[in-house]
This record gives sequence, structure tokens and C-alpha cells, in this order.
Amino acid sequence: MSTYPLPQQEPQGAQESVALQAPAHEAHHAALGVDSKKIGMWLFIASDCMFFGALIGTYLIYAGKSTVGPYPQDLFDIPLTTVSTFILLMSSLAMAMAVHGAQHGDMKKLKRWLGLTILMGLTFLGFQVYEYSHFIAAGLTLSRNLFGTTFYVLTGTHGVHVALGVLWLTLLFITALRGDTKRVNPVNVEIAGLYWHFVDIVWIVVFAVVYLMADVAA
Amino acid sequence: MATITSTTARTLLRPTAQKGLLSWLTTVDHKRIGIMYFWTALFFLFIGGVEALIIRLQLARPNQTLVHPETFNQLFTMHGTTMIFLAVMPLIAAFINYLLPLMIGARDVAFPRLNAFSYWIFLLGGIFLNIPWFFGQAPNAAWTGYVPLTLNQYSPGLNADYWLAGLQLVGLGTLISGFNFIVTIFNMRAPGMTLLRMPVFAWTTLIMSFLVIMAFPSITIALFFIMFDRMFGTHFFNIAAGADITLWQHLFWVFGHPEVYILILPAMGIISEVVPTFSRKPLFGYSVMVFSTVAIGFLGFSVWSHHMFTIGMGAVANTAFALTTMTIAIPTGIKMFNWIGTLWGGSIRFKTPMLYALGFLSMFVIGGLSGVMHSAAPANMQQHDTYFVIAHFHYVLIGGALFGLLAGMHYWFPKVTGRLMNERLGVASFIFSLIGFNMTFFPHHFLGLMGMPRRIYTYDAAMGWNTLNMLSTVGAFVLAFGFTLVLVNLLVSIKKGKEAGPDPWDARTLEWITETPPPVYNFAVTPLVSSRDEFWARKYQGAPALAAEEPGPIILPAPSYFPLLMSIALTVAAFGLVYSNLLLTIGLAATLLCIIGWAFEGVGEVTIYPKGFEQQ
Amino acid sequence: MRRSRLSRCVQRGTLLVFVLLLALAGAQVYAQSTPQQSALQPAGPVARMQLDLFMLTVYIAIGIFTLVVGLLLIAIVRFRSRPGRPEPKQVTGNNTLEVVWTIVPVILVAIIAVPTVRGLFFVDTPPEGESITVNVTAHQWWWEFEYPDYGIVTANEMRIPTGKVVKLNLTSSDVIHSFWVPNLAGKMDTNPGRWNSMWLQADTPGVYYGQCAEFCGVAHANMRFRVIAETPEEFDAWVARWEEALVEPVVHAETPDLVARGAEAFMDRACFACHAIAGTDAKGVVGPNLTLFGTRTSLAAGMLDNTPENLAAWIRDPQAIKPGNQMPRLNVPEEDIQAIVAYLHSLR
Repeated sequence: MSTYPLPQQEPQGAQESVALQAPAHEAHHAALGVDSKKIGMWLFIASDCMFFGALIGTYLIYAGKSTVGPYPQDLFDIPLTTVSTFILLMSSLAMAMAVHGAQHGDMKKLKRWLGLTILMGLTFLGFQVYEYSHFIAAGLTLSRNLFGTTFYVLTGTHGVHVALGVLWLTLLFITALRGDTKRVNPVNVEIAGLYWHFVDIVWIVVFAVVYLMADVAA
Repeated sequence: MATITSTTARTLLRPTAQKGLLSWLTTVDHKRIGIMYFWTALFFLFIGGVEALIIRLQLARPNQTLVHPETFNQLFTMHGTTMIFLAVMPLIAAFINYLLPLMIGARDVAFPRLNAFSYWIFLLGGIFLNIPWFFGQAPNAAWTGYVPLTLNQYSPGLNADYWLAGLQLVGLGTLISGFNFIVTIFNMRAPGMTLLRMPVFAWTTLIMSFLVIMAFPSITIALFFIMFDRMFGTHFFNIAAGADITLWQHLFWVFGHPEVYILILPAMGIISEVVPTFSRKPLFGYSVMVFSTVAIGFLGFSVWSHHMFTIGMGAVANTAFALTTMTIAIPTGIKMFNWIGTLWGGSIRFKTPMLYALGFLSMFVIGGLSGVMHSAAPANMQQHDTYFVIAHFHYVLIGGALFGLLAGMHYWFPKVTGRLMNERLGVASFIFSLIGFNMTFFPHHFLGLMGMPRRIYTYDAAMGWNTLNMLSTVGAFVLAFGFTLVLVNLLVSIKKGKEAGPDPWDARTLEWITETPPPVYNFAVTPLVSSRDEFWARKYQGAPALAAEEPGPIILPAPSYFPLLMSIALTVAAFGLVYSNLLLTIGLAATLLCIIGWAFEGVGEVTIYPKGFEQQ
Repeated sequence: MRRSRLSRCVQRGTLLVFVLLLALAGAQVYAQSTPQQSALQPAGPVARMQLDLFMLTVYIAIGIFTLVVGLLLIAIVRFRSRPGRPEPKQVTGNNTLEVVWTIVPVILVAIIAVPTVRGLFFVDTPPEGESITVNVTAHQWWWEFEYPDYGIVTANEMRIPTGKVVKLNLTSSDVIHSFWVPNLAGKMDTNPGRWNSMWLQADTPGVYYGQCAEFCGVAHANMRFRVIAETPEEFDAWVARWEEALVEPVVHAETPDLVARGAEAFMDRACFACHAIAGTDAKGVVGPNLTLFGTRTSLAAGMLDNTPENLAAWIRDPQAIKPGNQMPRLNVPEEDIQAIVAYLHSLR
């Protein structure tokens, strides 16, 4: 092997695979020492923040501007939504446990906590479906007023994020059940975890802005 | 010749074609994708150009009736949409795709299949946007699509539906490219290629890509708002329900202004490569150039409302945005002086790429200065929405972005094809383009000040605009002739151009180290970089030609059907948005299937044995 | 070799001369033509301030352009590659220079910033003193002017007294338009659902032309209007005439029979459904108010002079004159057209 100075910013561990016998994609050439997919996920999260920023901004701009009811304070059941929020938050904890399992090669732990995360995600979605049907019965539809429009589109977009997350985790779960450790590797689980945590954090903001500040806005 | 073996994953059907149509449809090679971007962008540039010529013909004389006003509105709407989203941005993507990995010493981009997907969705989105021409309902509410004009009440036809859905397709491709380029730059650099050794073109790509991923969400959301208002009767822009129509303008320009820098930054990067090469000097003030690029990127997000000085925001808000806008002049000015500093003391050769680069420098100054004039908000209230603005942004986008891209095209053509473009044709094209361009757009400054609003299909003979409009139309044809010469030169030189050799310009950067044209794996061995102008340092400063790896078999990503399939699925969904929910559901379901298939297919591997290391 | 370089130098020189000539030609064309509407010929304080500020930016721009292109030209002439020239020194930068060319733009920007801010507050705050108020409502594709103090509602022509501040409140009944009279003031958008405000003032009597500046649909190009500035006495007389007309139509009929038939036809042909004439049963609000129509100088939102021939042609086929506008072709019989024309022109 030839000797040559390695670039300074390379963290240890990555050097071996980068500098030496390193075909382009097999070793995931990583000048930053972080997996490309993970950087990609962080960038997606940054970009997604702008998506939710636009949606939350719109919700706030239109808060209290509806010309007809029902209004937020007529409908919101804060204790109920607090429960679903708590469940989603706890799912983040479960996800963290699953990632921990993946990082330590503990497939059993991974599967257990991944399954729990999926269940909690589904429960959250169930709460959302219940809430929507309750609101619609009370007269709040997508085209009822500005509140309906902005509320459903904001929380619906978040719901779609959760649903896609559940789908993703389910695919991971099935792959793990089949014992495919090549695909269910720590990096892949971590990336799914990043996404899941992000979706949870967005919900915290949405919960605060939409539910807890409902009286302030009105 | 290199030998290739494919070790395709077992799970799913995987294309193996190396040649022919199928190999292009399934390719993940950044160079091939770059070439496809290039020709597609030229095709749309041609369409947008024809639209522009019809517009100019209609306006050549007062009270013309060449086209119906409705057609005229479709023409300028599609001219703007096409030039921005389907011509200049993809042309930029062509350069980035082909060159970025070569410049930073990588074998491909970080996500090759996503890269292919970006191209296919752009191509299909571009076609999609142009389909309604065939039944006379092309988008017609200007490229800015202001509400309420784009709502059902005022645009009941399919025009707006196609525009909204088409832009979503094209925007998705761009967004994904943005992620891809950033990760590529962060992670795929060859050892020793530190961030501050990257060519400035890579830096402008990086900043541009950040602008893309932070700016495109805003327009995506805004487009969905209009879509939902049209499809589901939501109230995002329904005044009667209490909505505020200026929300659209804010969301649009939060995207729209960074978009301007998305278009111009890569051209600045190209100029920063061409000017040093043809001056035989390193770029003057490299780190300042990098910093000013970053500064422009940041400031670009704080100025959007300067497109809205006349919407009635009040003096305080207008003041804030006028001041932030002015600050952008500072990093831009710094760039200009650094380019002159690069020329200064050099040994300047006036080949076609350099001529276009000099054209960029002089024309971009004019566009930049009229931009400063716009920032004086009270004066802007006279200029806004007039031909003065049209003059400004064509100086920035043709004199700036397009001239920069033409400089790059003539510069890297030999790298891509191994042949030189015809110099005499090149000089002629430059002269005609420059003269035609100024003749077309310089009079627009005066027209605007003389009261001519933009987007009018006719004007009265008594307005006093006749002479300048005629001059502008004649100029447009001169410009078109200049660009035709470029096209002729391209087509002729591909087959008959002089052999270029590996280093026709005595260049400075990494992409010229490898063979010309580059092999599929780019570098037989990944170079170890020790200098900012690595190639120059190796040639003239005695830097050793180090490699970062032993020669050996190279593993490249395998071709895939999924990028194309998924973009077709999404295009079906887009038709669904226009026509039927069933189609939408089918399209989205197919997309979801594609995503799953994509994930399980994996990157895949093709092993290549480069020259001198044939399979034992 | 040398000759080709020389010829290239000549080419570049020619180009530069060409560009300069073009600029000169532009200025020349401008000086010789008298555009109907122009920001370069201000006739009131707002437009004058805007032109002054613009010219300041122009002078600075010319200065910078001369500097940059001058340096560029010097560089490409002095440092062009010649045989026997030594390899250039590989200079990578110069910190002093960087500081200089950072500070210079900062100073120039500051010079523009001060009058910009002052100007923004100037256009936003109408000065104290005698003023009138006009409410402007933009429609696809015409303008409605309401004088709340006098009860006047008219269209496409705004009469104002010279020397007085005119406060405008602006809105739209449909899509966004933009109110622009270049000689008097920069534009202000008319947003549906919101009121914007601006002010302007005309120094001397005259007709000032204006035009919608925000793309608003198919007839955007034909959404023009006129601001007619009169001496305060003339303006008062116009207001007085309106006060009369609001009670009962003022009819100046040279051909009373025809006019009377026209008044009938106006109701028979359902013109009243869209148009209003004060003091009559015509109370439509969809189209322009036609009270005192005979005093107007233009029709079809500033497209045509208000002559009997033009008006007849307009009623005959509005779509042929202004494609896409909201007045349909009503197939009015020719004799009714002539009668309606006579009637409308008698309203003075």
C-alpha cells in the first residue's frame, strides 16, 4: 500500500475504507465519515421543515379569520389529543430503543421495539381518524371555513407523514422478521429513526400551535 | 478496453443493457444523464425561444393582430415557465451532472438512481406542461400565477390545472437533485479534496442546491393550496371566507427570489472556472468568492418582498426589504471585482468560451445595476411590472445565466466529446448573440420608463413605443440567429470537430486529469488531491500525481428500471390531478409500489475492470 | 496570427461602440417621441421624487459601469496573450483590495438607501392641506372612480383639481390590478378584499394617461384610463354639474326625438341591467356608470376617443374592439344603436 497523507477532516475508522481499496459505491465513499443516506435524511428534514413552516405559517396567519363556525374552541378536546400526543412521543422512545438494538446487533430487541413503535404510530393515526370523524360530524369540513381548510391540510400532511413512517417501519419490521440483516442494518434503522423522531417533533409544534394556542389565536 | 461484469442483485428484474435505447432509459451514469439533460434543455430552450419570437412579432408594431390575446397570454406564460423550469435550470443540471463528480474526483453522484429519476420526472413534467398547447389551453396566468386569477372563478379551463400539476412534477425532480448534489459534494469528494479546495463551480452548486431544498417547499405548498382550492373547494385564497390573497405572493416569492440565485449562481461558478483558465492565473480571492456565494445564498432568503413593493405593505415593511435588497449588491460587486482581478496580470486568450465569459461579465453588470435601481423602492414603484423589469431580468438571465452556460458549453465540449467546437462559428455566434441581445433588451429599459407595462398583447400607436418595439423585435431575430449558430456549431462539431486531445485549454482543475471523453468510471484510480488547482499544480508546479487507491476493479451502481417507472407513475398521478381521481389513485399507488421495489432492489453493483487491469 | 488578434480587438471595439450607440439611439428616440405616459416626465410631486431617486441610481450605475467595463477593457487589452509573454504570476488574491471593493459598494448602497427610505415614507404619507378623496375600484377590465364626498361614481376618467392632494383608496372587485399613472405617481396594486392607499397631485392642468400594470386576464392590455387635471374652478364646476345630474339626468339634446328613443332603447335593450345612469331607473353595477357620459373623453377603458362613431361601433360589437371584455355582443338593431349613441352623448 502506498503511503500518502490523509485529509485532516476524516474521522478515524472511515479512513481505511476511503483511502484504500475503495470502489466507488461499495464502501459508500464518505468524505464526511457519515453515511450518504443519513446526510440525505438530514437534508430532507431541513427541507421538510420549510414545508411545515409554510403550512404552520399559513395556519397562524389565518387563525381567527374564519367568517363562520365551527371554531377551534368549539371542537378541541385537549385531554384527548394530549393522550394521542403522549403516545406519539412515547413511540419516539420506542424507536430509540429499536435503534439501540440495531446498533448492538440485538435483532430481538430491534424487532420488539420496532413493533411497538408501529403499534403506537397506528394508535396515533387511529386517534386522528376518530378526531376527524368527530369534527366532520360537528360540521367542520375541509371546505367549511378557513379553520377547516388550514386545520385539515396541516394535520393531514402530518398524518400522511406518520402513515408513510408506519409503512416504512413495517417494511423494515417484515424484513427483520425474515432475518435479512443486510438490509436491516444499523444505518438503515437509524435513518428511519431520524425520520420518525422528526415527525414526532413536528407534531409537538403542531400540537402547541394548533391546540394549545387555540384560545390565544381566537 | 475495459471489461464489465454485472453482479446484479438476485431479487428483482434488473436491466443489463450496455448499449442502445434501453441502456439510456435505465442508465444511472451521471455523464449520460447529464447529456440527456443537455439535449432536453436545448429542446425546451428552442420551444421557449420560438414562443419569445412570436411574442416579439406580435409587439413589433402597434395594434397587431398576429395572435389572439388569449394565445398571447399563453405564449408569455409558457415562455417564462419554459425558460426558467425547463431550459435554464435543466441546462444547469446538465453541467452539474456531467462535471460535478469529475471535478471533485468521484465516480458518480451519491444517489445515482435518484439522479436518473430527477431527469425523467423533469422530462415528463416538461412534456406534460406543453401538452395543453395541442388543445389551445396552455397555462395562461403568467409564470407567477397570482391568485385570484388562477382560481376556478377566473380560470375555469384546464390551463391552470396543467400548470399546477406540471410544476409539481418538475419541482419534485429539482428538489431531489438538490439533495443529491449536496450529499455528493459533502461525501463523494476524493481524498484531499477539502471543501476549500473544491472548484468554485462545486461551491456554487452546493449553495444553489441548498437554495433549492429550502426554497422549493414554499412553492410546492403554495401550488397545493391553489390546487386544493380548485379541486376541493378549500378557502386558502377565498376572500369571502376571510383569506388574504397576498399570501400566495409571499409564498411564491419566498421561493421565487432564491430561484433567481438558483439560476445565476452556477453560471457564476462556470465563469469562475473559465476566466482563470483563459487568463492562466488562479481565481483571484478564492475564499472571498466562496464566502460571497454563501452570503448571496443567505441574503437571497431575506429579500422576497422586493417583488411586492406595490402590494401595499406600507412604508416600514418596504423599507426593510429595500435595505436587505441593497445589501445583496455588496457580495455581487465583490465577485465582479475578483473576476477582473483574475484577468489582471494574466495572459488572456480569446477563445469562444472566454468571449462568452467576457460577455457575461459586461452584461451581468448591466443587469446587476438595474437590480440596484429596483432596490430604490419608491423608484421601483414606477419600474415594477414594466418593460424595465423585463430588461433587468433578461440581462441577468441571458446576459448572465445563459452566457455563462454558453461559456461552459464551449469550454467543456471537448471534455465530453473529445472534439473542439468550431472557433470561427463560435466567434460569429457570440457576436450575433451579443448584438442581438442588446438590441432586443436594452430598449426595454426605455420602454418601461416610457410607461409600457409588461404582459400586454398590444398597444396603441399613439403611445410612442413604436420605434423601440420594432428595434427590439429585429434584435430578437438577430439573437435567435446567434443561438442558431451555436446549435449548428454543436451539431457540426460533434461529428466533424477537430480532435481536442486530453487538455485543449491548458486547464487547471481535476476533471481534465482523466481521459477525454471520460470512461464510465471517471477515474481509473481515485486521485489524491493536494491543491486547489490540482491539474495545474501537477503540470507546472511539480505536484506529484498521487492516487488515493491501488488500481483495481471498480464497482459502479447498476442500471435500474425504477427511476423511469416511478416518474411515469407520478406523471399518471399528475394527469389524475387534472382529470380524474381514479387516475390519481392509480398513479399514486403505482408510485408507492415503485418506491418499495426501489428500496428492495438496492443500488446494485456492476464491476468494471479498467484498462491495464483486465480480468485475470 | 497578429492580424487575427488585431481584427478581434477591432471587433470588440466595434461591439462596445455599438452598445454605446444603442444607448444614445435610445435616448434620441426618447427625446424625439412624446410618450403618452412616461415616468420620465413627472407632472406632480410623487412622480418627481421618484424620478429624482431613479436618476441618482442611474448616475451611480453609470459610474460603476464605466469603472467595471473600463477595467475590463484595460485588462483584456493590456493582458492579452502575446508570443514571448512570460507566464503570469500565480497570484491568488489581495486582502487590501478585497476590503476596498467591499467598502466601496457599501458606501454607494448607503447613498441610495437614505433617499430610498425618505421616499418610502413620502409616498406613504399624504401631506397636510387641502385634499380630495377618490375611491378606486378596479374591475376586469375597467376602472371605477367614486368621490365619497360628492356622491360621484364615474368610470375610466378621474377628474382632479390641480394643486390639491388627491388621496386614493384602492381595491378590486375581482382579480388583482394595479393603478398606474406614470406622470403622476408610481403604481399601487388594487387587491380584492383589501383597501390600499396612495396619494398623488398634479401641478398643471392636463390629461395624464394611465394603465393597469398587473396582469389581470385577457383584456389586460386594454385596461387604460385617464386622469384629467383641471383648475380647482373647473373641477368645482364639474362637481356642481354632477350634483344636478344626480337628481335628474342632464340632457342636452340637439335631436330630442332621437334622444328620447335612445333613452327607451337603453331600457328595452337591457343596458340598464349592467349600467347605471343617475336619476333614471338604470341602476346596474356590473359595468361602468354612465351618468354624464357625454362629458367623457374616452370609452372602452381609455381605448377609444368618445366619438359617436366609436361609440356606435362599440355597441355594435364590443368583442371585436376589445376581445374578452365582459360586455357581450347584443345584436342591437342599427337604428337603436344610433338612438342610444345620441342619448348617451346628450348626457352632459
